Amino acid sequence: MKHEEKNFEKSDQFNLTMIPGSFARKMRTCVIWQFIRFVAINIKMIIVVSKSH
Amino acid sequence: MARLIVLGGGVAGHTTATFAAKWLGSQHEVVVVTPNAKWNWIPSNIWVGVGQMTKEEVTFDLASVYAKAGITYKQAKAVSLNPEGNESSDKPFVTIEYTSKSKSGESENIEYDYIVNATGPKLNFDATPGLGNGQGAMGTNTVSVCTADHAVHASHKLQESIEKMKAGERQKFLIGTGHGMCTCQGAAFEYIFNIEHELKKAGVRDMADIKWISNESFLGDFGMGGLHMKVGGYVVSSKLFAESLFAERNVDWLIGAHTSKVEEGKVEYELLDGSKGEEEFDFAMLIPPFAGVGLKAYAKDGEDITATVFAPNGFMKVDANYAAGAYENWKASDWPRTYQNPTYKNMFAAGIAFAPPHIISKPMSSPNGTPINPTPPRTGMPSGIIGKAVAHSVCDLMTKGENAHLHEASMAEMGAACVASAGKGLTTGTAAAMTVYPVVPDFEKYPGTGRDTDYTFGEIGLAGHWIKHILHHLFLYKAKLNPGWTLIPE
Repeated sequence: MKHEEKNFEKSDQFNLTMIPGSFARKMRTCVIWQFIRFVAINIKMIIVVSKSH
Repeated sequence: MARLIVLGGGVAGHTTATFAAKWLGSQHEVVVVTPNAKWNWIPSNIWVGVGQMTKEEVTFDLASVYAKAGITYKQAKAVSLNPEGNESSDKPFVTIEYTSKSKSGESENIEYDYIVNATGPKLNFDATPGLGNGQGAMGTNTVSVCTADHAVHASHKLQESIEKMKAGERQKFLIGTGHGMCTCQGAAFEYIFNIEHELKKAGVRDMADIKWISNESFLGDFGMGGLHMKVGGYVVSSKLFAESLFAERNVDWLIGAHTSKVEEGKVEYELLDGSKGEEEFDFAMLIPPFAGVGLKAYAKDGEDITATVFAPNGFMKVDANYAAGAYENWKASDWPRTYQNPTYKNMFAAGIAFAPPHIISKPMSSPNGTPINPTPPRTGMPSGIIGKAVAHSVCDLMTKGENAHLHEASMAEMGAACVASAGKGLTTGTAAAMTVYPVVPDFEKYPGTGRDTDYTFGEIGLAGHWIKHILHHLFLYKAKLNPGWTLIPE
């Protein structure tokens, strides 16, 4: 059974939200993709930090 | 030579004192009064609380750092302020009581020209029966990650639960807020997902029931009224993302809850709809509500003027609009800009110690009249930025005279970067990396979301964990005043 099927089944609270599928979950710890996100997030954070000082 | 006294050595106090000492040089004196011997990078207490870091990794001795910076360090707690002096002197002074072993219990009056109150919060465990021990400290029914010592204790208790699960005994974990008026939901959020991550690693996740209990009216409020982010072409509420993470990790939630009583293995709560209930647990980490540290203030003739200087919750009044009234009248401009006390112009407050004009989240209460809403967060990046702005103002007042321009740092005009850990591990860790701009929503400028969605975003992943880990080392490096420390932003 798919991971999200298991969790959607558990309660109404769970059933009415969104749960990531296996691809989205894998990308969260995919080192190459996350390195790209690391650069992107840092750029976004630097912009916000610079607007705040 | 003039003297600046900084009360407190946390993020705001340490930032104020170290920048003031650098900018003032040896021309003036900077004194730090803090009851602690060590500086603590509090965000990493989460990892201490799950046994992934030691207390030594998140703390360092203050004495040598302050000696290096030319700061006079007094390990003591402030007891009272005399902003007009007393009958024998016009010079304002603060009364302190030493907490160091060598001088424990001794008192001293220290005169000042300027004072910055950055005492942080009193962890008000006793606000909820059974959460505290009745003497102001944490009780024995729950654990906490608010201090490094608390986190070490929490880690030992977690290990005991893991051993029980390995022996076949099911465990119920209850994490969240211990009162209807708590702040710092973010810390509890990090802790619950770090516990979930560690239980998976230990191979006992299927033996654990994990539940969140919180005073937020919706998941993802975080004391900021939630936030809206641009994701996949949509602008969506943090509620959706928070609920998604809880459902994905199989963590149940109970929200809009005021924890009214804690006993061994059980909490009693009241919900926003007025209903009451109980929740059992084997392991509970409930954040206590915050209050001011209880400083008193006296006029020259000895009259108690605490109510003039401090708000009823014990936080210091600053240049905020405390007469905003009902929620419909709240504006971003109610929030303070200079953090100067309106009565005594040589007094400032920074970080958690300043009294906010009102909460950020929509005020809520149960039909029984019990207020159940998060109080506003004033930690982390905003604390550091406010501390630096206050240091700048005080230094200008000391060097240019009392008409010097005051520097501004309104939480309604600054953004914040926040990284909430959801599990530690070089290749298996995750964290929610978020920015929010501004921290306090401005519904006049952004009528729908209160914030600029071009600069408000969030995503969860390994990259966030790397950033949190790097920030851990970066901010400890900065706080130790190592070479180039001023180049690292707050």
